[in-house]
Amino acid sequence: MTTIIDTRPASGAPATVVRFAGDSGDGIQLAGHEFAKSTADAQADFMTFPDYPAEIRAPQGTLFGVSAFQIQFGADDVLTPGDEADVLVAFNPAALITNLQHLKQGGLLVVDESHFDARGLKKAGIESNPLEDGSLGAHQLIRIDIVKRTLEALVSFGLGRKQATRAKNFWALGLVYWLFGRELKSTEAWLEQKFAKDPLTAKANIAALRAGHAHGETMEIAAFADIAGPARPNTAQKAKIISGAHAMALGIAAVAALAERDVLYCSYPITPASSLLHALARLEGGVKTFQAEDEIASACAAIGASYAGSIGITASSGPGLALKTEALGLALTAELPLIAIDVQRAGPSTGMPTKPEQSDLQMAIFGRHGESPLPVLAPSTPADCFSIMVEAAQIAVEAMTPVIVLSDAYLANAASDWIPPDVGALPGIVIPAQDFNGDFQPYARDDATLARPWVPPGTPGLAHRIGGIEKESGSGNISYDPGNHAEMTRLRAEKIDRIAARRPAVELDIACEDADLLVIGWGSTWGAITQAVAELNEEGQKIAHLHLRQLWPLPRGLEELIAKFPVTVTAELNTGQLAALLRSEYLAPIKSISQVTGQPFRVSDLKRNLLARLEN
Amino acid sequence: MNLMDTKPVTAADYASDQEVRWCPGCGDYAILKVVKNVLAEIARPRDEVVFVSGIGCAARFPYYLSTYGFHTIHGRAAAVATGVKLANPGLDVWVIGGDGDFMSIGGNHTLHALRRNVDLNMLLFNNAIYGLTKGQSSPTSPIGTRSPTTPNGSVEQPVNALAFALGAGAKFVARGADTLQTHLPTVLKRAHENKGASFVEILQNCIVYADGAFGAINDRSESHNATIRLEHGQPMIFGKEEDKGLVWNEKAQEFRAVALADTPEQQLAVHDETNIQRAFALARLEQPDFPVALGVLYASDAPEYAHARGFTAKRKPFDREALKSLL
Repeated sequence: MTTIIDTRPASGAPATVVRFAGDSGDGIQLAGHEFAKSTADAQADFMTFPDYPAEIRAPQGTLFGVSAFQIQFGADDVLTPGDEADVLVAFNPAALITNLQHLKQGGLLVVDESHFDARGLKKAGIESNPLEDGSLGAHQLIRIDIVKRTLEALVSFGLGRKQATRAKNFWALGLVYWLFGRELKSTEAWLEQKFAKDPLTAKANIAALRAGHAHGETMEIAAFADIAGPARPNTAQKAKIISGAHAMALGIAAVAALAERDVLYCSYPITPASSLLHALARLEGGVKTFQAEDEIASACAAIGASYAGSIGITASSGPGLALKTEALGLALTAELPLIAIDVQRAGPSTGMPTKPEQSDLQMAIFGRHGESPLPVLAPSTPADCFSIMVEAAQIAVEAMTPVIVLSDAYLANAASDWIPPDVGALPGIVIPAQDFNGDFQPYARDDATLARPWVPPGTPGLAHRIGGIEKESGSGNISYDPGNHAEMTRLRAEKIDRIAARRPAVELDIACEDADLLVIGWGSTWGAITQAVAELNEEGQKIAHLHLRQLWPLPRGLEELIAKFPVTVTAELNTGQLAALLRSEYLAPIKSISQVTGQPFRVSDLKRNLLARLEN
Repeated sequence: MNLMDTKPVTAADYASDQEVRWCPGCGDYAILKVVKNVLAEIARPRDEVVFVSGIGCAARFPYYLSTYGFHTIHGRAAAVATGVKLANPGLDVWVIGGDGDFMSIGGNHTLHALRRNVDLNMLLFNNAIYGLTKGQSSPTSPIGTRSPTTPNGSVEQPVNALAFALGAGAKFVARGADTLQTHLPTVLKRAHENKGASFVEILQNCIVYADGAFGAINDRSESHNATIRLEHGQPMIFGKEEDKGLVWNEKAQEFRAVALADTPEQQLAVHDETNIQRAFALARLEQPDFPVALGVLYASDAPEYAHARGFTAKRKPFDREALKSLL
């Protein structure tokens, strides 16, 4: 086969996007992850995003069983997984027709043609074969019977057809490695380690990988090797691939080490938060984990742990946070440190459990009974998921309050390269000294922070009782006194307000002299907004970007900052919850760009919408 | 406050300075008195003892003790207490709740604390009614209970708390009654000695909304005719005159109540608290055909949860060096 194809990226952009798509049983995520590791080894910057169905193994070949993995990589800062793919590898008709929309005009399309028979087309619900009917004319099509090639490559292994076919993802990966001039060594080493107890499978996968790679050479297509950039400077330390969920798990472990306190992580299985519990359960000994019987128990056990002197952490997604709200009210009035993580997903109710949305913002800030303010933070990148946990813990123990951290399905699953911090240089989490000089009152307050003391059971001589009933200021005894309730309500609110004074003032992520527009985002949209604003400014626009990591209390200087710009617009994956919050707080005419498709922002969509705001 | 004051020895030392606010004549007073006496006998420093409660009349309990106490939210005391125990397994943790807490809104937490065998002393104050919310029928109210929510009488089958606990896999299941002031302490001491989840149902009279719900059981003069006091290895004899007994029918897997006058003593069942089948049968004995079983119905050794998880004092703290190796 001799096919000569122009593989220069259509846009000439300095980064490349590759997307793998196939059945959820085809090993797409595995192949994608290996490609990301190889990208890290090549010292390119990158970001990945898995796009998989909620069904574990939907019927083979069907549209709803398609699993995809996308990676963008390049020499410079890569901030998103990319809007459109330069290369799409599709393993069957269903994967092709559901993912073609993600391929650039003129992009390289590698299709495993083995399933493009009448049966395969029927499963995908199409009548005409797209490989034959000319509908792919806008792209550079490479058809390969990958199943057949894999079986040929493995003929000497004596494997059954079914088992041998399983290696097809590595055959395709080998081809993609060839396209980008990648080394096979580290994936081969990983396969040998992964299948140490089953050397035949390791060897078969390696053979498939090499066969796919060798096939590239026979195709006479120009490789992409010059696109993935050279090494970044100052990378003495090897970059790790880190997903937001993994970074958050490490951040939770860091809380234990930096606070020198036990952490009890309590959770109930829910997509997309479960990966945190999995990661922490594997860190045996670092963090105590507890898989509770339900969401409420996981919040309550975390509260019990905090009451007993550990740092209690509970996590869930939106529906689970809703179930935890009564318990959060208790933690708030008992004034105990606690962290509640919400890995947001598209809602309401079951919604789209694997898809991201930022629609729990107002629930996090306001969604409790009674007057119950508490701090809300949101990390902005996978790596930031590490730092945000340490910050949340510092706030929790310093102000004796529950803190909510808002991640989402995109942030949890997206991965990028990460240079871990120098542990020795990380500041400790400071737990205020408990010094009573013989005058202990459970609800006496620190003059500066208004926090009450943290005196866990087991502390000699200080036995006392606390609870959810309103407490007398100071003594903590039950009180129904009207003035006392008003005072305690005020104190609980002011305690949270004062957190802002101890935290950094607001600072623009992209400053711009005489900007015509300020765009405010929060959470996982940082990469897409940063990229969109940077590109627009390069194209001659004047836009400033502010990304909030601290949603409540709002950071110092925000109102003054907003007043400096003629137009302020929020960009959020909800129907404008931050915009509504800023309007009500500052009586400012905040505009809103919103998207609720269950997908992260595409840079191109953001650019178009921001331009429209500039023209208005 | 004197920081060295950590070794109280009398029941009075376990009383807090708060005024007790239950209705006059409430069975909770009697239980409070017993618990204070038992704590004094156990003589654990009060700083190492924690009472965690849910919501309801019973759940006010921690405020009246001088130990550490946490009055939490309705039904969730067992979950909060589980967190306390996992954080600090060295503490002596008691869970107090009513039939609403343990059997209704918090039934799930009762189930799971028991099956995990978390080292908690769980005291269910069963008064067969919702007292604090003014007398609605509860999951342990008998069929026919008239209440503001069941004006024509409840039609729901009440839950048998001990059968539920056994079904959940509890390793220590016992029953006592508020007024039986010499019997109840023996039950609570056994519960405290057990390492794991100890489930004790205390039949407690609500004098306002369900007075007499347990009939003769907690009527001190008639109790012996309505109950049987189980003792491991002893024949099952009951009655004020010790003239009645229970016989075990192996084939039918059930007890039969007999008059001792008609039955040779060697035919009487001997209580074996490690026998789960008999424990189920004992849990289900009801008036008027049978005496209600009091004492330890079932006790068997099993690994306690926090220790099984390795959350002991020996656990190495997680430090910066350990973190470094993870990153």
